[in-house]
Amino acid sequence: MKKYVDDFTVIENQRLNHEYVVLTLKHPDRLPHMMPGQFVEVKVENGPDTFLRRPISIHDIDAENNTMKLLVQEIGEGTRLMGALNEGDKCNLVYPLGNWFSLPDKKDVLLVGGGCGIAPLLFMGRHLKANGIKPRFLLGARSADGLIAIDEFKKLGEVYTTTEDGSEGVKGFVIHHPVMRTQQPDIDWIYTCGPEAMMKVVAKYARNHEIKCQVSLENSMACGFGACLCCVAETLDGNKCTCTDGPVFDSTYLKW
Amino acid sequence: MTASGTFGYGEEFMDFFDIARLGGVLVKGTTLNHREGNPYPRMAETPKGMLNAVGLQNKGVQYFADTIYPRIKDIKTNMLVNVSGSTVDEYVETAKVVNSLENIPGIELNISCPNVKEGGMAFGTSCPSAVAVVTAVRKVYDKHLMVKLSPNVTDIAEIAKAVEDNGADSVSLINTLLGMAINAKTRRPLLSTITGGLSGPAVKPIALRMVWQVAQAVKIPIVGMGGIMNATDAIEFMLAGASAIQVGTANFVDPMVTVKIVEGIEKYCEENGFESASELIGAMEV
Repeated sequence: MKKYVDDFTVIENQRLNHEYVVLTLKHPDRLPHMMPGQFVEVKVENGPDTFLRRPISIHDIDAENNTMKLLVQEIGEGTRLMGALNEGDKCNLVYPLGNWFSLPDKKDVLLVGGGCGIAPLLFMGRHLKANGIKPRFLLGARSADGLIAIDEFKKLGEVYTTTEDGSEGVKGFVIHHPVMRTQQPDIDWIYTCGPEAMMKVVAKYARNHEIKCQVSLENSMACGFGACLCCVAETLDGNKCTCTDGPVFDSTYLKW
Repeated sequence: MTASGTFGYGEEFMDFFDIARLGGVLVKGTTLNHREGNPYPRMAETPKGMLNAVGLQNKGVQYFADTIYPRIKDIKTNMLVNVSGSTVDEYVETAKVVNSLENIPGIELNISCPNVKEGGMAFGTSCPSAVAVVTAVRKVYDKHLMVKLSPNVTDIAEIAKAVEDNGADSVSLINTLLGMAINAKTRRPLLSTITGGLSGPAVKPIALRMVWQVAQAVKIPIVGMGGIMNATDAIEFMLAGASAIQVGTANFVDPMVTVKIVEGIEKYCEENGFESASELIGAMEV
């Protein structure tokens, strides 16, 4: 897929809570085709210390309006500067980067996300629905405040939630939810993105139940397009770049 | 030119611009045998720079010759190969293979990689070992031999002079500066290897100083690099004595930065009455 560098315009900065914002960015012309699981590299302007771009998953696409949504968790100087962008500001992106989730060959699909890792699952949910597959979502967070964009997910399919403190949904981690507790789950495919520890238990569960599982990694990277070789993941074929060979990997391909 | 390890094999940038517009591309560090590189994490952002600890991940020179070379040999620019090794013999054997590739007009001998346990930088931090590897490679390599110098030395000019006297056609500098970063919250290093190579604008003043020092010591051309982000930075390196420049880490931030630098140098020459960029070489007025 051809890559581009373009200035987008921020048309909305929606603050979800104290640490998450959703940026809506408008393409100057016509948004090229992009797939769920892909990401963009955002140039962060005016940071006294920041230097590199920030890799951010594509949260949603509105092809008709040539807009893209990015879910940003403010965890450092770069993402805080992104969170402070205002309507009308320019935002330079290198995009679209990486590979994407593939469509399942069966109908019972569960998308499992934690924290900021829910970002690509909304776009994937929309893509599944457009292809006649009803997605179900299992979303986890530390507390109710961290369960974000739930209403958007509910428009696409059934949503299950867990929180570590029990303030909403099932108390515990995603793996503790009843949908993943049964001995004979009605799940054929799992797509997961979130903290590595979460994805590892989800991948293990999938392996034990012979469920196909695709994971989306969030390794830190410099370039995003295969030049720096910094973001490698250990696979059955040695070190592979998360940015070009991933970010989506079959869980059994990773040395987990 | 683009600096080795920041531009892949050039192919990674072809979506962004026509790389034939560049003076040259240094393809990434190539060794005799396949290297997996260092474990993740290999990168840490630091104030106005980054540390890397990639560790020369590559599939070996034979793979390069058989698989990569046919794909890149017709790109209309100077495709140079950065050659590294753990022993003098490895450098020699790797250089021999590259010598046989018709459309590769030169190599950059990497005696300055800080991210491998053996060899690499060890060769570039003392005159006798730098001389040993350059002399040995010179015997088997008959095209342009550029030697990439390490800044992790007390007197870089002395090493530059030593490699000039033993057959180097040019020197490139600087490779990355040895550095490290710690996360105070987790009390752990940010790189799997603890230390790594610092690059980016943070190193520019050191690089510029070293280019100037080397320019006083050698007659062969100097290829300057270290934190060049734009045409002004590039021009400063030329004024300090560089005949050409390499752009490295900036490629990660703006994949089209190199072509903008080419255009910026042309514009500067026009505006300041220079007929050719070569008039800028060593033109700093003291």
